[in-house]
Amino acid sequence: MRIVIAEDSVLLRAGLTRLLVEAGEEVVSAVGDATALLDAVQRNRPDIVIADVRMPPTHTDEGIRAAVTIRQTHPEIAVLVLSQYVEERYAVDLIAGDTAGVGYLLKDRVADVGDFLEAVRRVGSGGTALDPEVVSQLLARSRRRDPVDRLTDREREVLGLMAEGRSNGAIAEALVVSDGAVEKHVRNIFTKLDLFPDAGDHRRVLAVLRYLDS
Amino acid sequence: MTAVASSPPTTSATGFGPGRVLGGLVAPRTWKATAHLLADLPAGAVTFSIILPALIVSAALVPLFPLAVIAMIVTLAISRVLGRLERLRAWILLDLDIAFPHTDLRGLSWWRRLWTRFTRPSTWKEVGHHLLGLPVGVLNFSLALATWCVPLTLLTLPLYVRALPHDRADFWFIRIAAGHQALLAAVIGGVGTLFAPFVIRLLAAVDARRTRWFLGPSRRHEHLQARVEVLETSRTRVVDAAEAERRRIERDLHDGAQQRLVALAMDLGMAREKLASDPDKARELLDDAHAEAKQALVELRNLARGIHPAVLTDRGLDAALSSVAARSPVPVDLRVDVGPRPGTNVESVAYFVVSESLTNVAKHSGATRASVQVARRGNRLVIEVTDDGRGGADPDLGTGLAGLRDRVLGVDGWFHVTSPVGGPTTLFVELPCAS
Repeated sequence: MRIVIAEDSVLLRAGLTRLLVEAGEEVVSAVGDATALLDAVQRNRPDIVIADVRMPPTHTDEGIRAAVTIRQTHPEIAVLVLSQYVEERYAVDLIAGDTAGVGYLLKDRVADVGDFLEAVRRVGSGGTALDPEVVSQLLARSRRRDPVDRLTDREREVLGLMAEGRSNGAIAEALVVSDGAVEKHVRNIFTKLDLFPDAGDHRRVLAVLRYLDS
Repeated sequence: MTAVASSPPTTSATGFGPGRVLGGLVAPRTWKATAHLLADLPAGAVTFSIILPALIVSAALVPLFPLAVIAMIVTLAISRVLGRLERLRAWILLDLDIAFPHTDLRGLSWWRRLWTRFTRPSTWKEVGHHLLGLPVGVLNFSLALATWCVPLTLLTLPLYVRALPHDRADFWFIRIAAGHQALLAAVIGGVGTLFAPFVIRLLAAVDARRTRWFLGPSRRHEHLQARVEVLETSRTRVVDAAEAERRRIERDLHDGAQQRLVALAMDLGMAREKLASDPDKARELLDDAHAEAKQALVELRNLARGIHPAVLTDRGLDAALSSVAARSPVPVDLRVDVGPRPGTNVESVAYFVVSESLTNVAKHSGATRASVQVARRGNRLVIEVTDDGRGGADPDLGTGLAGLRDRVLGVDGWFHVTSPVGGPTTLFVELPCAS
């Protein structure tokens, strides 16, 4: 995969680059602010952009705004946003259009190299990766408490993993159950929430998020 | 002031009972008030005859401007000294505690000080007191003297009336002959003597009011004084609260992330030692180090968020509070409607209030639900946090609530908690925000 990295901390930029290169990915450009990021995207047309939220000059939400711009101008380029803090509001901005090729993760997740690379590849190939913290915030903030309360604990767990963007196979692996069991849970969840199950992983993420946020 | 306002020492119950009337004659207050009224004349004569010439000299020197300024400085200095003496006299003889009316101007340049003194009403009221001292002194002296002498003269009339020419006393047009008339006059004089203390105190009360008005601070001044005291207190509290917060952060860093990093470095160091000899042990140590590092990240993140979350600056209260509410272990019903964003200072305090109270709710209340409402009403931000817990919260006991109150008072806000034992607990906070 061809990757552009935008991260203002030199240490982290070098670390991310090394981590991705060692995993066999191609880092075509690594920049330090949002303007340079948009330039690099224009020039290199990468498969995926990995961007920090806080970057110069204002150190507020440059990364989110650059990511939203990229998704509008180049919908084919996937965007994975890394942040020191996970804010539900940023996530909502980011997934406003579609959840295909979108990721939003805590920076800490980089420490679990395997999971992180898996998330990069998932987003790069059109999937979704939402941080468990975002999902739990969305679940906690959802105004439609009653139907969610009707789910069993296991079903809620599955709902959370689904909202993070994981496939049935990955959910089965995470919960140490069979694929068939996960499929059953998913069917139950969609029935209880009056949603129509959809084939694609990211389409169903979208359905769940729309449901929670409405 | 007590001389005027409080009741005199009484031997009977109330009103003009015999005990009270006789008590008035021997009460020290009566005689102190008499002394004050009599002293008004010499005191007034002194102040008048010093201040008036001093003013005239200052005015006459106006063509020689620098000299006039010096004369004025001297005049005002004398006036202040006399003012002090007059306040002292009122304090001794009338128990009148008059606050010093002049503002403390230390720290200003001398000409600023002079100009400020020159334009302050307190300066000129003091000068006015000195000038009025003489006419008022004449009046008070005469009235006080007459209050005692007229009834006493009448009371003792039967004793000396026969020594007067024609065995009679001539008071202007009134003639009192010896015998019945003199006895009647003595009775009237006796009654007058008994009531003289009341007249004296009435005169003293009037004089006390005059003295307070001329020599004391104005109401506006007192209002400002009180305001300054409130601000001084709240400033101290804010400084204390900030200091406590700094200590808490230091402690959190020391107990949390710092220890984790030490453990992490230790694990890494040991892993390096074991790498060749015992690769399995090295892997185990690396796993530990990895876990320590991730935990340190979590702790640092929570600490930084507690100080000031970035999203508050970027997106305002609504966004910042929604993630506070989402992270609360007690389910929270959150309603935020702040309209135009208040100042960063107010947003910061509001955020602190809500996040701290939700922490309190989770820690102490045993509540199952909480609700938070933040709304803008005109130029005030109104915050209400309610929980269905066990109540009994008291800002004077718990440090958490006291810290909240100090932060709120520090921005001139209003803070109120109702928390009966058994609940529910409601916290009201209003913060002023310039619109």
